[in-house]
Amino acid sequence: MAGHISPKSSYYAIFSALMVLTGVTVAVAFVNLGSCNFPVAIGIAITKATLVILFFMHAKYSSQLTKLFVGTAFFFLVILLGLSLTDYLTRGLRTYPGGAGGAGYGVRSAAPATPARGGASPGAAH
Amino acid sequence: MSDALAAHAGAHGAHAHHPDLQHHFDTLEQQHEAATLGMWLFLITEVLFFGGLFLAYMLYRIWYPQAWAEASLELDIVLGAVNTAVLIGSSLTMALAVRAAQTGQQRATVVWILLTMALGLTFLVIKYFEYAEKFEHHHVPGPTFHFEGPNAGPAQIYFSLYFLMTGLHATHMLIGFGIMAVIAWMAHKKRFTPEWYTPVEVSGLYWHFVDIVWIFLFPLLYLADRAHHFA
Repeated sequence: MAGHISPKSSYYAIFSALMVLTGVTVAVAFVNLGSCNFPVAIGIAITKATLVILFFMHAKYSSQLTKLFVGTAFFFLVILLGLSLTDYLTRGLRTYPGGAGGAGYGVRSAAPATPARGGASPGAAH
Repeated sequence: MSDALAAHAGAHGAHAHHPDLQHHFDTLEQQHEAATLGMWLFLITEVLFFGGLFLAYMLYRIWYPQAWAEASLELDIVLGAVNTAVLIGSSLTMALAVRAAQTGQQRATVVWILLTMALGLTFLVIKYFEYAEKFEHHHVPGPTFHFEGPNAGPAQIYFSLYFLMTGLHATHMLIGFGIMAVIAWMAHKKRFTPEWYTPVEVSGLYWHFVDIVWIFLFPLLYLADRAHHFA
């Protein structure tokens, strides 16, 4: 009942890939990509997590039922984050008859109508 | 092994089976599959447990981007990156521990698990120094909290989430450390065989999950808006 036994070399390869991706995400963090910095950082993190799940956690070699369970975890996470953010990320897009920007952005001091992160605005550097 | 099998079979009368096969399962494969599924089911609840905190992080980040950018600069990116490498390294040793158990290498299993524990401990020690630095700089939310500039209020929310998320993660590390101590002891006692190594595999799943949580915490907390301060 040994299941799938991966060669040691494949584990070292995955480890190397994870370390390279860690280096890339640190390096990219110092390059100003405007509003793309956040999606790039999250994209790299998702790639790393996928490698860990598929190879270190053996999901690639698991039964269909186990794969379904793995998928379920992320299906519900996407619902939790995605559906909540459809509200908060789009509040700035709506303009009300009175001329006010999105209601959700009332707490922000600058640029109330754009959903772009304030870190990129001129006032960000201190 | 064969002695144990025989003794167990004797106690059961006529039917002989692997000593680690529970009676409500037909085969070791089925038992292994059930245990793996059970751990994944637990990990689904863990994903949503941490998911709630990730959602809180996202919402406050959308509300207070300025404070988020300033506060994230206070974290030590070098310590964060080193800890990421340490934890990924511990995932490698964990995967190799499972492989050693699968191939019946008892001693190697013990060694890889002890290495995994050592790397886990390294992570926690580095985390301790990071926390100590936060106390020194009054970045711990509460009456003594201090943050320069007009964003002190939201920055305190950032550090609340920082301590909640990294603290919950560190708690998982401590629990994982305890689990690994038990697994190392079982491996030392030669409890695992290529036919039955389920505890190594299943606790490995937990360890890798904790690694994955950090893979997301690192960019969210340490790297967040760094680039925009060097533009």
